[in-house]
Amino acid sequence: MNALHLVETMAVERAIASRKEKDGDNYVEIPEFKPGDTVNISVRVVEGEKERIQIFKGIVIGRRGAGINQTFLVRKISNGVGVERIFPLYSPMIQGIEVLRKGKVRRAKLFYLRGMSEKKIRQKLS
Amino acid sequence: MNAAIIGRKLGMTSLYSDDGRHIPCTVVEAGPCPVVLRRTMEKDGYAAIQIGFEEISEKKITKPRKGAFDKAGVKPTRILKEFRDPKKEYEIGQKLTVEQFAIGDLVHVSGNSKGKGFQGVMKRYNFSGVGMASHGQKDRQRHPGSVGQSSSPSRIMKGIKMAGRMGGKRVTVRNIQIVDIIPDRNLLVLKGCIPGPPNTQVEIVNN
Repeated sequence: MNALHLVETMAVERAIASRKEKDGDNYVEIPEFKPGDTVNISVRVVEGEKERIQIFKGIVIGRRGAGINQTFLVRKISNGVGVERIFPLYSPMIQGIEVLRKGKVRRAKLFYLRGMSEKKIRQKLS
Repeated sequence: MNAAIIGRKLGMTSLYSDDGRHIPCTVVEAGPCPVVLRRTMEKDGYAAIQIGFEEISEKKITKPRKGAFDKAGVKPTRILKEFRDPKKEYEIGQKLTVEQFAIGDLVHVSGNSKGKGFQGVMKRYNFSGVGMASHGQKDRQRHPGSVGQSSSPSRIMKGIKMAGRMGGKRVTVRNIQIVDIIPDRNLLVLKGCIPGPPNTQVEIVNN
């Protein structure tokens, strides 16, 4: 194996191990998901000493990168304002990803959703 | 010099720290480097060790060089470099590996930076350019501005910063943290970036 690849694989393993250690029995594996899917992402929020979990629910509109550098982009509409957030796939700050609904799309990047109303998005994805 | 090694930059990747922070890092394949020669105060006027890196076949080196390697009882290497003022005793033939370093150590990394070609003063010396596009100025947004005085001294001072070749020089980046060490593959994982493109030969020193 290429040495750079080896370090990357080790980094992925370590990130997963770090999540396993943090969550113990609550550990959830990273599921398979694609652009168009509606997902719930549990994000760890550290406030001073305390740590709590915040849920970010939205539609995956793209994935990029490979190995440890893989990220995905989630879009939701919050109080009428579109919010997009990029998550690193292997970040230990993500507690879990839950796929709520599979989307039916033909594109890898769903940037065309940005100009659409919620109703139209619903129609597009089913 | 407490520890020294020669390596080759492999490329960059990232890691996550235990508190969830993303750390950009560079992977370097370093050593094992056999000690080929010792310079001493008495004989050479300065103290240093000469170490090699990357074994090559005997056919590829000149005979005088081969003699130097034979004397040390070491296989010929592509690269030979001297490191001054060793703080420890090194024996000839001893192999220096990544195990000289420890995770968390701060090291200095030297290598040839990426060549940027002929560049203007804005990129080369971070000048801010002459400025505006209006107010009677034309075509001089990236110019250096004034380079000196008038009839006295009637010449440009030596060392004035001007456009020219940039990069491709030896650069040392100091206090780079070692994030990880993988001894069975001779790998060092360093925090942040180091000079040069992948496959650059780099020297790593701990002072």
